[in-house]
Amino acid sequence: MVEVLKAGLYDSIQDLGRIGYQQFGVPISGAMDGYSAKLANAILGNSDDAAVLEFTLIAPKLKFHSNTAICITGMVSRAKINGQPIENNTFVIVKENDLLSFGDRIYGCRGYLAVIGGFQTEKVMQSRSFYTSITEQHRLKTGDYLKVSHELATTKNTNAVLKTPKEHFESTEIEVFKGIDYELIDTDYKNELFNKSFTVSSASNRMAYQLDERLENSLEPIITAPVLPGTVQLTPSGQLLILMRDCQTTGGYPRILQLSEMAINRLSQKTPGQGFRFQLSPH
Amino acid sequence: MDHFKLTYSRYSETSILVEWPQYIAPEILSDILLFKTYLLKENSESIIQITNAYSSILITYTSNDVDIDTQITTLKAKYDSRQNFEIGPQKLWKIPVCYDFSFGLDLEELSKAKKLSIPEIVRIHSEAIYKVYFIGFLPGFLYLGGLDKLLFTPRRASPRSQIEKGAIGIGGEQTGVYPNASPGGWNIIGNSPIAFFNPKLEQPCFAKAGDCIQFVPVDFKTHQEISSQVKNGTYKIESEVLDG
Repeated sequence: MVEVLKAGLYDSIQDLGRIGYQQFGVPISGAMDGYSAKLANAILGNSDDAAVLEFTLIAPKLKFHSNTAICITGMVSRAKINGQPIENNTFVIVKENDLLSFGDRIYGCRGYLAVIGGFQTEKVMQSRSFYTSITEQHRLKTGDYLKVSHELATTKNTNAVLKTPKEHFESTEIEVFKGIDYELIDTDYKNELFNKSFTVSSASNRMAYQLDERLENSLEPIITAPVLPGTVQLTPSGQLLILMRDCQTTGGYPRILQLSEMAINRLSQKTPGQGFRFQLSPH
Repeated sequence: MDHFKLTYSRYSETSILVEWPQYIAPEILSDILLFKTYLLKENSESIIQITNAYSSILITYTSNDVDIDTQITTLKAKYDSRQNFEIGPQKLWKIPVCYDFSFGLDLEELSKAKKLSIPEIVRIHSEAIYKVYFIGFLPGFLYLGGLDKLLFTPRRASPRSQIEKGAIGIGGEQTGVYPNASPGGWNIIGNSPIAFFNPKLEQPCFAKAGDCIQFVPVDFKTHQEISSQVKNGTYKIESEVLDG
């Protein structure tokens, strides 16, 4: 078991999400930065879809009640075991009663903690990803206990050095493709879309990232149609909404751009106030 | 069998959007469901899932390796060669609704705005047979077509921060049921004790696209009784199989 001694700003259990249930209006969910979550599992020798703990800006404080091994990826925030610094992206053995704490955030927005075999919280619709009205909980709170697998840590894979490329956190270019409704935008505004720098708004969460800048337009709403994580919607008031992992399955605003899968991962590491540009890729 | 001019576009690295002419109509829904069922029947291993909305379907493929252009060619050929076949039984579900004032928070306002008495509103709303076009917005939220023009009402100027589970609302030209408590801007006229979404069931929603819904007015006491039967798992929603 892992005990949550002090919850962080927004902690949840995530895997690769619920695929195949969107016809019931169920969001896909899953780790916001799927790249970092998979990396943490790979370093431990877990399968890709083992459930990890995702934390946001402020990490939780945790206590281990069993022996296991862990790996932290994503946001870098001076992690310590019993006060001793540990590195991100490494295989770390932990013993019963060990404490995992974090200091100041250095960079990134979302951190991942993987344990051997993955967290064993309830599986609903083939996924352990937290989501209101689907799982009992939608976020972790202080005092929660999380079941972990009884598999023991082996020292296989410990030599693997898997680094996250710098641009994963630092790149200010977000790769996009033309969205389904892209051609509805006037040429001038298309240019503005790619020449302007956009800022992540503080009203950003697992459902959508909002941007501070607006894009004037006279587009009509569309007939409600499918959307996906990474879809950029443009509202009549000019607001740009980038749908993220917990987004609805359908929407009524024009879908002007679509982020690449890697761009979704990178955007989810951006904090409110950070800027970026859309970089158009040919399909 | 209708034959529409479809548009095929890459949506993301792993998905394709197929669009029908952009309007809402039962014949478009029928053609969408026919094509969707046909594609699923063909059981192409590279397709993970197909979801539909009013006038489009989104087809998601397994991996980044998928060649979208080749898949688009395949889809076009399949649409042209599809046969008319039975897509499985479509049902009419009878959904109990209590239009009591304790639930129908906006009934009075609606009555004034529409110059219709409350019994008339209830009659018009519960006489219609609504078509389920798809499920979206929230888990278990049915997009229904068929609201009588007399009841078209703009969304409330300021949305409520919390709408009860089971609330029946009217928003613009649509009516629907909130499957779970949520913020929302629709005009609330009643409440249904039925569970529209149960994540623990293999079929989390009883209704599917193509089915029909009719609301059956019940009094407050019956609402409470059904509500406890739903909790015990003893309530069975009344339904009938539709012809054709």
